[in-house]
Amino acid sequence: MSAALLATATIPDAVTFALAAVICVVGALGVVLVRNPVHSALSLVMTLFGIAVLFVEQDAQFLAAVQVIVYTGAIVVLFLFVIMLLGVDRRERVLADTFRGQRVVAVVLGLMVLAEVVLLGHTRWTTGAHAAAGPLNGPGSNVAKLGRSIFTTYLVPFEVTSALLVVAIVGAVVLARRPGMRDGSAPPGAAEGLEEPVSPGAAGEGLDAADEDEDDKAVAR
Amino acid sequence: MTDPLFARGVGLAVVLIVLVKVVVAFVVLLVATMLMVWFERKVISDMQNRIGPNRAGPFGLLQSLADGTKLFFKEDLLPDRADRFVFRLAPLLAVVPAFLVFAVIPVGGVVTIAHHVVELQVADPPMGILFLLAMSSIAVYGTMLAGWSSGSKYPLLGSVRASAQMISYEAALGLTVVTVVLEAHSLSTRAIIASQAQHVWQWNVIRLGFVPFVIFLIASTAEMNRPPFDLAEGESELGGGFNTEYSSLRFALFYLAEFMNTITMSALAVTLFFGGPDGPGFHFLRWLWPILWFVGKTGAFCYVQVWIRASLPRMRYDQLMDLGWKRLIPLALGWLLVVAAVNLSAAWGFAVIGGGVVAAVLLYQSIRVGRRRREALAAAPPARGPGGPPLRAVGPGGAGS
Repeated sequence: MSAALLATATIPDAVTFALAAVICVVGALGVVLVRNPVHSALSLVMTLFGIAVLFVEQDAQFLAAVQVIVYTGAIVVLFLFVIMLLGVDRRERVLADTFRGQRVVAVVLGLMVLAEVVLLGHTRWTTGAHAAAGPLNGPGSNVAKLGRSIFTTYLVPFEVTSALLVVAIVGAVVLARRPGMRDGSAPPGAAEGLEEPVSPGAAGEGLDAADEDEDDKAVAR
Repeated sequence: MTDPLFARGVGLAVVLIVLVKVVVAFVVLLVATMLMVWFERKVISDMQNRIGPNRAGPFGLLQSLADGTKLFFKEDLLPDRADRFVFRLAPLLAVVPAFLVFAVIPVGGVVTIAHHVVELQVADPPMGILFLLAMSSIAVYGTMLAGWSSGSKYPLLGSVRASAQMISYEAALGLTVVTVVLEAHSLSTRAIIASQAQHVWQWNVIRLGFVPFVIFLIASTAEMNRPPFDLAEGESELGGGFNTEYSSLRFALFYLAEFMNTITMSALAVTLFFGGPDGPGFHFLRWLWPILWFVGKTGAFCYVQVWIRASLPRMRYDQLMDLGWKRLIPLALGWLLVVAAVNLSAAWGFAVIGGGVVAAVLLYQSIRVGRRRREALAAAPPARGPGGPPLRAVGPGGAGS
């Protein structure tokens, strides 16, 4: 199958794919291997960007734009926000298992996903045809086709998803509020997370030392 | 829909044309940015009864060049506590999106070069205007990482402010863009200007009822971190904000990005709301007039940006967030619904307008009732403990020190 794919691909297609794939894989490795959480998040951005390029290469233009806007522009920015504000950006002790047996489970799951990808690559679903919503050869751009199918065939799932998101937001707001708080001011604990944003070198020394101690205890246990 | 340049396959000539388009856009944007810096300084000094730059070149035109050269030869400082890699990366993340956004803006009509139909814009992807939103979400990283990687408190505060602000106003910006897309039936920038081409009354600023344009102008100013929304820099509070620790060429890159964004956003306002290169032309030199119209309109918008900067004082942070979340986003969303309904039929339009008015009145009334109850609670002695401790200031004075 992969040989057939290579035969149908044009040279620009192949070069774009190769570059984007390298970007994706390097970024993905970076997410796992880099020690600094901020660098990890940036590696994630790199992977997401590579995937967006792959989407463009597949003529899924809308998906590519949305990928960058939503994942790169909103979700990873939120990650960074949390990392910067809550000061998680100290070097983690990677050798300590946070959950018992986490590593074994991770390896097993990773192998399962790998097997899945390899199996899917050999099925008849992998045709190498460019992705598009609806019939592939119909008139109109990918964006128009996608819009039409979302707002006609898949209207109900689409609307249900948006309702789900609203429910999630309301739920988060309700959970963040403390009982007995009537006015609009922040609950007693809410401000604590925002006390002092931590920058790479500026983490309080005392704070660091305390954390080292905790980590040591974790290792001892 | 797709670029007519690629209609007959991609040959050497096509590749050359694309390369020329890219280089020309790059150079023109750089020179325009240089002129924009000069223009801004000159106009502001005129508004403040000063002369402004007048030494380098005629009317001080070469002042930006002199400043750029000076910045280039200054010492390149790298703070001790900085995160070296990210510190170097951040200015690039600010500049590159500024360049890329300009790629989708149509600067003129369609010309024929060596039997190839060429649109006067670098690229016309079907996702067109979404590309703008994607790039502005990348631009957040430049500011955010610059502040964080400096390893210093003021830049960090500036970057936290900036990223919150840019994310908030991106929502309002996106909603006004959606309004335009609704009217143009396409995401492509070329199609958007084509839909406004017939007459001045077809320009989106009039057709959509002015409000989306005003929201766009406010949101884009906030998106660029320009006054009155320049809390990220806040010279008087943060000593320069996210770029405090930057010097030399890296600082120049931030500066470049800021002014380039000013030009790009002006060009974008022209494209989305003022018909882009649309305007009366003459029979000779047909290709020239649209370009002149585009440049003229963009220049006028740049002037408006400078004017805003010169006349409005900086906002406070909570005012900024109130304006964004409580006023602009609901207004933009409501207007979007009305435009969609009017597009469907007049009856639907009136129904949605009526419903919107009723909902707004209800919302206003409920806010008023809620506020009155809260004031009553605050006036009465609290049952147990204080009603809510004041929010502690985010800053170096916090508990960590």
